[in-house]
Amino acid sequence: MHLGDLARIALTDEEITRMQSELNVIAESINSVQEVATDDVPPTANPVPLEAYLRPDVPVKPLDQSEVLAAAPATEDGMFVAPQILGEE
Amino acid sequence: MTDQNELVKLSATEMAAKLRAKEISSRDLVAAELDVIDAAEPSIKAFLKVAGEAALEQADAFDDLSDDEKAELPELAGVPIAIKDMIVTKGIETTAASRILEGWVPPYDATVIEKLKAAHMPILGKTNLDEFAQGSSTEHSAFQRTSNPWDVERVPGGSGGGSAAAVGAFEAPLALGTDTGGSIRQPGALTGTVGVKPTYGGVSRFGAIAMASSLDQIGPVSRTVLDSALLQEIIGGHDRRDSTSIPEGPRPMVAAARDGLNNRDLKGMKVGLVKELNGDGFQPGVEARFHEAVKKLEAMGAEVVEVSCPHFKYALGAYYIIMPSEVSSNLARYDGMRYGLRVMPPEDVPQTAANMMAYTREAGFGDEVKRRIILGTYALSAGYYDAWYGSAQKVRTLIIDDFRKAFEQADVLVSPTSPSTAFKFGEKMDDPLAMYMNDIATIPANLAGVPAMSIPAGLSDDGLPVGFQFIAPQQRDEVMYKPAAALEAALEEDWNGPIWRSLRTPWLDGLNK
Amino acid sequence: MAEKLMKYSEAVKKFDPVIGLETHVELSTNTKLFCPAPISFGAEPNTELTPVSLGLPGSLPVVNAAAVDYAIKLGLALHCQINEWSQFARKNYFYPDMPRDYQISQYDKPTNGEGYLDVELEDGTVFRVPIERAHIEDDAGKNTHVGGADGRIEGADHSLVDYNRAGVPLIEIVTKPIEGAGDRAPEIAGAYMRAIRDIVRALNISHARMEQGNMRADVNVSLRRDPSDPFGTRSETKNVNSFRGIERTIQYEIRRQAAILEDGGEILQETRHWDEASQSTAGGRVKSDADDYRYFPDPDLVMLHITPEHVEEIRKVMPEMPRERRNRLKGEWKFSDTEMRDVINADALDLIEETVKLGATPSGAKKWWLGELSREANAKGVSLEELPIDAQAVADVERLIADGKLNDKLAKQTVSLVLAGEGSPAEIVEKHGFKVVSDDGALQAAVQEALDANPDVVEKLKGGNMKPMGAIIGAVMRATKGQADAKAVTKIVLEKIKG
Repeated sequence: MHLGDLARIALTDEEITRMQSELNVIAESINSVQEVATDDVPPTANPVPLEAYLRPDVPVKPLDQSEVLAAAPATEDGMFVAPQILGEE
Repeated sequence: MTDQNELVKLSATEMAAKLRAKEISSRDLVAAELDVIDAAEPSIKAFLKVAGEAALEQADAFDDLSDDEKAELPELAGVPIAIKDMIVTKGIETTAASRILEGWVPPYDATVIEKLKAAHMPILGKTNLDEFAQGSSTEHSAFQRTSNPWDVERVPGGSGGGSAAAVGAFEAPLALGTDTGGSIRQPGALTGTVGVKPTYGGVSRFGAIAMASSLDQIGPVSRTVLDSALLQEIIGGHDRRDSTSIPEGPRPMVAAARDGLNNRDLKGMKVGLVKELNGDGFQPGVEARFHEAVKKLEAMGAEVVEVSCPHFKYALGAYYIIMPSEVSSNLARYDGMRYGLRVMPPEDVPQTAANMMAYTREAGFGDEVKRRIILGTYALSAGYYDAWYGSAQKVRTLIIDDFRKAFEQADVLVSPTSPSTAFKFGEKMDDPLAMYMNDIATIPANLAGVPAMSIPAGLSDDGLPVGFQFIAPQQRDEVMYKPAAALEAALEEDWNGPIWRSLRTPWLDGLNK
Repeated sequence: MAEKLMKYSEAVKKFDPVIGLETHVELSTNTKLFCPAPISFGAEPNTELTPVSLGLPGSLPVVNAAAVDYAIKLGLALHCQINEWSQFARKNYFYPDMPRDYQISQYDKPTNGEGYLDVELEDGTVFRVPIERAHIEDDAGKNTHVGGADGRIEGADHSLVDYNRAGVPLIEIVTKPIEGAGDRAPEIAGAYMRAIRDIVRALNISHARMEQGNMRADVNVSLRRDPSDPFGTRSETKNVNSFRGIERTIQYEIRRQAAILEDGGEILQETRHWDEASQSTAGGRVKSDADDYRYFPDPDLVMLHITPEHVEEIRKVMPEMPRERRNRLKGEWKFSDTEMRDVINADALDLIEETVKLGATPSGAKKWWLGELSREANAKGVSLEELPIDAQAVADVERLIADGKLNDKLAKQTVSLVLAGEGSPAEIVEKHGFKVVSDDGALQAAVQEALDANPDVVEKLKGGNMKPMGAIIGAVMRATKGQADAKAVTKIVLEKIKG
């Protein structure tokens, strides 16, 4: 299932089959939103209308390297270890 | 010395009064709660992590303060609290009840935790939830099943079942929850406790693990309306670390709650019964308690009007587009690189970073989380965005408009919190849509960012608690506190005490030393 | 695998190239775009992070005011429409160097909308590059590939990730398809990139060092038979980080695509990358579903409101733009078009301006920076700025010459010694005892000696042939160990011949 690739989840075949039917049911029930979503209705992204607060450009003390790496699954030379990366973005 | 079982059954406000009168110490309170936790956890399983020693240290720090210093602190200073494990606590493992975050000890505190620490409120531990707050029964926790204190064979609601059960079982007088579609209010309804979802932006989300950012809100869980008001004033207010935080300070909620409690006078208040949020699909016992409560409001002088919110029937659909879309993006960071679980692919699969991420996420997330991530990925993908996400955002506008019109006719809106009382474990696990229907009455408030709360309305025919929901206009949270406190007082008068007088608490037996 | 290429001149005769540039400029703010983590170059790995830039659960972004102001400045310089309301959106894709696995960028509501930039080509032609947008976004961390050859991704068995760069603010300037460039497409792209570099430096919003990755470009190229045809399929060459690389990428892509099209083939819509070693682009990923970025408004951020008043405040303090400045300086310095172009091409404008400010004449300053010093820089493969000599030293040398304390030869020696790290010109003159021999008696004697030793030269000089004068001056120089003032020598010789 291509959605599994996009979401980076190695779904099992059993999961894919089950999810497809579940998602179809859910999708059907939520398709109704299109009934009322006409062109004249503006979208709302954020329920409370606010303007962005802009932060002054003043640095704070960052986390220590030890705190940054504390929970890492694998580290080397103060860096996080990634398995082989294929294809540069 | 107060009897320990009586001590833990006090409201937070009463505990605070005893602290101020020096009848008890904060350490007494924390020690008593830790005893209850020890006794209750084998059957309730509300906590994922108990931080007993740290809580006792925090209690001692409060007890060591001078009277002058204590006088500067909020009323609830020294009263302990439990925290939903969706909120980041420095030095205390925080998991969101997910395998993927198991063992993660955050290097920072959420803003609400900083505020609780500044108020000298000891933190008892972290409570269970549906994984990443996704669910309505707490059954989707990766670690344990939390029981409803009213019937240990039943769910406590969700996602904040742990916080609600802990407060309902007297393991804590107060707790924090997070509410994205009803995760504070619905467990409140199912466990006979009070749960409040503040106005979106009223409480900082900094340090609340994101589920659906435009819907999430941290709020109080308690056994009384006044306790929630006091807690919300402590945790609320502007935070510059959260761009969606409202610049104004907390509303006068405590004053409104005290007014409701003391005067029980609702003359001049218009209460709007939302036509679309009761009747069909709601259990008869739930309907009955709801309408009796509405009569109580009327008896206290409120004028009851029926209001219609015609677009609410699209709320569930819009919610199940917006929420999973945001979930799919917010949960992308759990990729096995920086913290939490890493699972390498099986040997016959290339050992690449991309495959590591895919196998980590497959192993680390539970079914419901995966379902929502996939649904959200679908809703945002090319070719579907306009039809789904775009439409859902428009429905959001329509629902906000429905609320605006309803609040032209009424000061506060009311409905049952949940269509049913607590259901049995496993009953809805195989039917996602049936599970989603639990939140039918709570979701509109999240979509519109308006404040809402659930308080106990009594017991249904099955002997289980029913929740009564109040909804107020945006940034007017105090408006719901007054009728909620008045209703609570009127109902307790009928019941000869709080609803939990009917609760059997075998875990408390034999606790008194 | 060597690809088939058409001769460039033939390719641009047969096809009309259309190019597009997406330029990433790293801003030089003190802190990151969405959190107050400090930014510095060369910090220890993973030491410039807050919970936000590390993407920890629960952390939230808050916009840096300076980054927004920098974007407005650039928008004004590029004549962009500055949008009163703009919005940040999430670009979702998984990559190990992205702490949140989504980038926060701007999608359908960028801060800067349409604009343009006039760029001047080497021959003085002005070409208008149309700008589509210039939006704000955050950068990712850096991967170091381990186990393969030369730290390259191919063949590496694992990578190390430093997230320090994650969250550093970028502005991405996207051109519209640039049409009508014809055979000058590579030159126009290069001139455009240099113009952007000069602008962001003048605005002081980026260090703009391409070699440090402060600026990099994605280069789009497509071909069509005729300017009236619809656009052809384009290739996108990612992250080209030198001016020359950009020019050569375009040249190469035109030749490669022309060869394919001429053979009746089709161009793949793919991302490629420029390989400096082989001077060619190599095929990368063909565009696929993986490029479905699922953009949506970032729900953690709210609308960015830029009032017209704020834009006006910034407009008032905008510095002079590079092109206007060049024209002004050209007039002030009385340089010809050619001279000015040489200065620009040598990247010596700032240095000459500073040297002149410190008292040198424009032609004097130009002589050093474009002469000796450019040769030195070329030989060492560094920029003029990177030479161990600054405008002050050059101005000092010029003053010493003007004061008659150094002659040309000694001045050159002094400059070499400055470059060798021996100190300031004054210190070097002192240390080596450099002085111009203008003492008449000694010089008179040395000249007489030289004339006596070269009677044939004297004859020629007397006959009006001034060519062999150099031989006399050379002899006098040798005799005075280079300390003679050549002008004074000439004067004495002429007097003696006449006398």
